[in-house]
Amino acid sequence: MATKAFTLDDLKRILKEAAGVAEGVDLDGDILDTEFEVLGYESLALLEAGSLIERECGISLDEEAVNDAHTPRTFIDVVNMQLAPATAA
Amino acid sequence: MTASVVVTGLGVASPNGLGVKDYWSATLGGKNGIGRITRFDPSSYPARLAGEIPGFVAEDHLPSRILPQTDRVTRLALVATDWALKDAGADPAQMSEFDMGVITASAAGGFEFGQGELQSLWGRGSQYVSAYQSFAWFYAVNSGQISIRNGMKGPAGVVVSEGAGGLDAVAHARRQIRKGTSLIVTGAVDASICPWGWVAQLSTGKLSTSDEPARAYLPFDRDCRGYVPGEGGAILITEDADAARARGARSYGEIAGHGSTMDPRPGSGREPGLRKAIELALADAGADPGDIDVVFADGAGDPEPDRTEAEAITAVFGARAVPVTVPKTMTGRLYSGAAPLDLAAAFLAIRDGVIPPTVHVDPCPDHLLDLVLDQPRPAPVRSALVLARGSGGFNSAMVVRAAR
Repeated sequence: MATKAFTLDDLKRILKEAAGVAEGVDLDGDILDTEFEVLGYESLALLEAGSLIERECGISLDEEAVNDAHTPRTFIDVVNMQLAPATAA
Repeated sequence: MTASVVVTGLGVASPNGLGVKDYWSATLGGKNGIGRITRFDPSSYPARLAGEIPGFVAEDHLPSRILPQTDRVTRLALVATDWALKDAGADPAQMSEFDMGVITASAAGGFEFGQGELQSLWGRGSQYVSAYQSFAWFYAVNSGQISIRNGMKGPAGVVVSEGAGGLDAVAHARRQIRKGTSLIVTGAVDASICPWGWVAQLSTGKLSTSDEPARAYLPFDRDCRGYVPGEGGAILITEDADAARARGARSYGEIAGHGSTMDPRPGSGREPGLRKAIELALADAGADPGDIDVVFADGAGDPEPDRTEAEAITAVFGARAVPVTVPKTMTGRLYSGAAPLDLAAAFLAIRDGVIPPTVHVDPCPDHLLDLVLDQPRPAPVRSALVLARGSGGFNSAMVVRAAR
């Protein structure tokens, strides 16, 4: 099964569903390298987002890698890293 | 000398009124907030009436970031806190973060949220359970979320003593203020009108099974038949009196005295602890029984605890010697939220010189009480006594007094 790459738009959609948007935060701005903490998302929000992604994409995310992903760019990389072998298989 | 602790802000979420203004005019007008449950279909349950809060739309008051992680009870508590802080003219962003704390009571936590996650667990699998279940159900969740939302990093905690908790939390807030914290957000909101929460409440066997909203919850009536549960409560902003004065805040009055006791073992034949709690609260306030202008009774709505309460009031004050009222006849019993709502009513009674009524009740003449029935009673109110009891033997009494 071909899997499309996980994009920033995917992540924004998932974050909104999993944890909402904090007051004064614009997810449509240039946020790719903004720390999640600045965007108002703590570790539990990212855990919940990761859980949604796992269900939607049928993958299992590396917990440590998710913990170390502090920005949307690094988080998206972690997801795509897991998607790649799933795509290959 | 121990510092005086005053209430400078009120936030109310009640079945018969959202916000202080709505609640107070509804309460003086005898507006009943009890009705058939609408939040789920109650037809297959033995008890079908509750005091539900209509018209609360969390999205209108809270950012979307808060919603996926909160039960209804926490949303109500957060909004009531926003209103209370506004009422107090207190802007947490302008105050020292370690000089503000949060101490609320809770009798249930977030049942509806927990029910949803249990349904996900058994219906769809563990990967569908929200990470926020880790705290959204918990007793301390209101205190935690209020603290986070308002950046309050001083003393925080939750008091769990069922229906008495609402007074015990305010008493603990007063303690923390006397130990040096300037402002404490206190009070309580409870809300668990969902099938899971309902079943837990039914298990006590004390819920009224009447289908008549005006006949279901009748404390001190010969026809009393148990109680109707409700949702909601009140949040109070308590402050050191000097600190409040220094920032030019208006005060509703003082938390003057508190007493709490535990009942003896059921069947022991020894006297229940309520009278002692009243005496302790009066002594703590330096007040005589004659100083009290109104008693907000607990009003269990069952013959035995009603008799116990009437006897305790009569033992301290004398027969029909003090006006007694139970405005919760309009809301149902809100668990730990009930007593803070009564505190709010007591402060408003002090402000306006009027005692809110008890509705629907035809008092049993065995109780030697001067119940304020059906209509509000104009009267100068300088001091009020609020009583609250919790399942398991908790008794609590609190004296509030007009600001000096």
